[in-house]
Amino acid sequence: MMSALKTIRLDLPASTEDLEKLELGTVLYVNGRLFTAREGAYKRAIEEGVGMPASPEALGRANFHCSPAASRNADGSYRVGAVSATASFRFARWLEGWFELSGCNIIIGKGGMAPETYRRLFVPAKAVYLTTVGYGTGALLGRGIRRVAAVYWREELGLAQAVWALDVADFGPLLVESDLRGESLFARENAKIASGLERVYAGTRPATLSRYGESDDKTKELIG
Amino acid sequence: MIPLSSIERTAEALMAKAAIEIPDDYLAGLRRCAETEEGALSAFVIKAMLDNYEAAKADRRAMCGDTGVPRWYVKIGNEAAIEGGPVALEAALRRATAKATAEIPLRPNRVHPLWRTDHNNNVGIGAPEIEYAFDPEGDWIDLITVHKGGLFGSDYRMLFPGDGIEGIRRFYLDTLLAFGKRGLACQPAIVGIGLGGSKDTSMVLGKQASCLRVVGSRHPDPKIAALEEELKDLGNRIGMGAMGFVGNSLVVACHIEVGYCHTGGMPMSVHMFCLASRRACARVHADGRAEFRTDPLWFTDYRRRATVEWKVPAEAAAE
Repeated sequence: MMSALKTIRLDLPASTEDLEKLELGTVLYVNGRLFTAREGAYKRAIEEGVGMPASPEALGRANFHCSPAASRNADGSYRVGAVSATASFRFARWLEGWFELSGCNIIIGKGGMAPETYRRLFVPAKAVYLTTVGYGTGALLGRGIRRVAAVYWREELGLAQAVWALDVADFGPLLVESDLRGESLFARENAKIASGLERVYAGTRPATLSRYGESDDKTKELIG
Repeated sequence: MIPLSSIERTAEALMAKAAIEIPDDYLAGLRRCAETEEGALSAFVIKAMLDNYEAAKADRRAMCGDTGVPRWYVKIGNEAAIEGGPVALEAALRRATAKATAEIPLRPNRVHPLWRTDHNNNVGIGAPEIEYAFDPEGDWIDLITVHKGGLFGSDYRMLFPGDGIEGIRRFYLDTLLAFGKRGLACQPAIVGIGLGGSKDTSMVLGKQASCLRVVGSRHPDPKIAALEEELKDLGNRIGMGAMGFVGNSLVVACHIEVGYCHTGGMPMSVHMFCLASRRACARVHADGRAEFRTDPLWFTDYRRRATVEWKVPAEAAAE
């Protein structure tokens, strides 16, 4: 069964007015510049106090939680194959102050972040979270990459953790996971599923030997 | 004598096939999900993945940017002789992994666990893993590469005989729910369950059950086959589809493999092979010819034997 989801195209960098129009579950294709940054870049920029590798004009204002499947040609140019996002929740610990430092108002990743992170950090920064789909539409997203504008910190961090500034066109599909109010599509879906879990768990029993840290509250988020 | 050049050439081709082409059996399973999925968001995601496989094949581009952790399973016929011996074989597989990483390209995922050193070629200490099995007949070698995602969708637990089937169901559901939320496991998935063995073999059996059996295969023990079917249905009744959205397609197939375990225990592992179920296999014959196929044929009567001596399959299958 398919039903048509609302689909829009968004130019980067996006203004707050652009972001105000985004509703949870809207399908997005983006055009413009974005940059990759994940744990290696966060550690270097924030913990080691190095700051950003370039200005928001050079990097764009959308932070993609990704490292591309790419190789470096002998002439120093790059060949980008597939790109897929990596799970974002692990990066929450570095987001304090990140929007201010980087100038970002969009994070693109996998699986979203905890609702509390949206409320505390995204909403004041007027930032939204867009999730890739699948996961693993690596070939479709790879097609959307038109040019590698620059690669920063390649020698310090390696290809996978380096900061890639990428020019993209029709880059998607992405889904709006969190809007400017900090509402979350995943949280909404989780709540719907939680209501039927008791019935599914009938005919099961907890393990004889439990484990530290275990909780029997199936509505509990494990991320955050 | 199996020429080393044939092994290396075949291994390179397998790396590309695994990364780019979704196996037919998983594709057919996902198409069935597309037909029956009732959640609009989940159906949208499945449709996007089907488009993605087409884009990957058309562009000869990896289907997923992640690459997972590329590894090898090698089955050696009892009469096989490999040019250069097992050390040359391992070197050829490491070379093919490194070369494919640059040429396809794949993401260089493998790093040192502490120092995060990245050789940019998916080769390092213990990487790629190479696991071996043997076959009582044949002068061939089977090469299987699997690029399974490396972070989410697997768990291990020591259950006890008293936990019974109800305990198995509970741990199964707990694992699916934990990693299915927000789609961390990249479902719909082939779920592999390892039951029994020692702790480590329980993990190995479950991983092999998810990665080395094709969608549509059934365990030869009819009671285990029935449990596979029951657990598949149970997983799809959670109410969760792709990306953890409301839906009914979390499990494409459920495979269980068993091994004899400690009399007091019932170790269990659960593994989820994802939307990028990257596996490819081929048999390299003594004359250097390579035959590519979809089914790894890893679990055979010999592999599952329970007796002291290996007898003809008809007798050995009895227990």
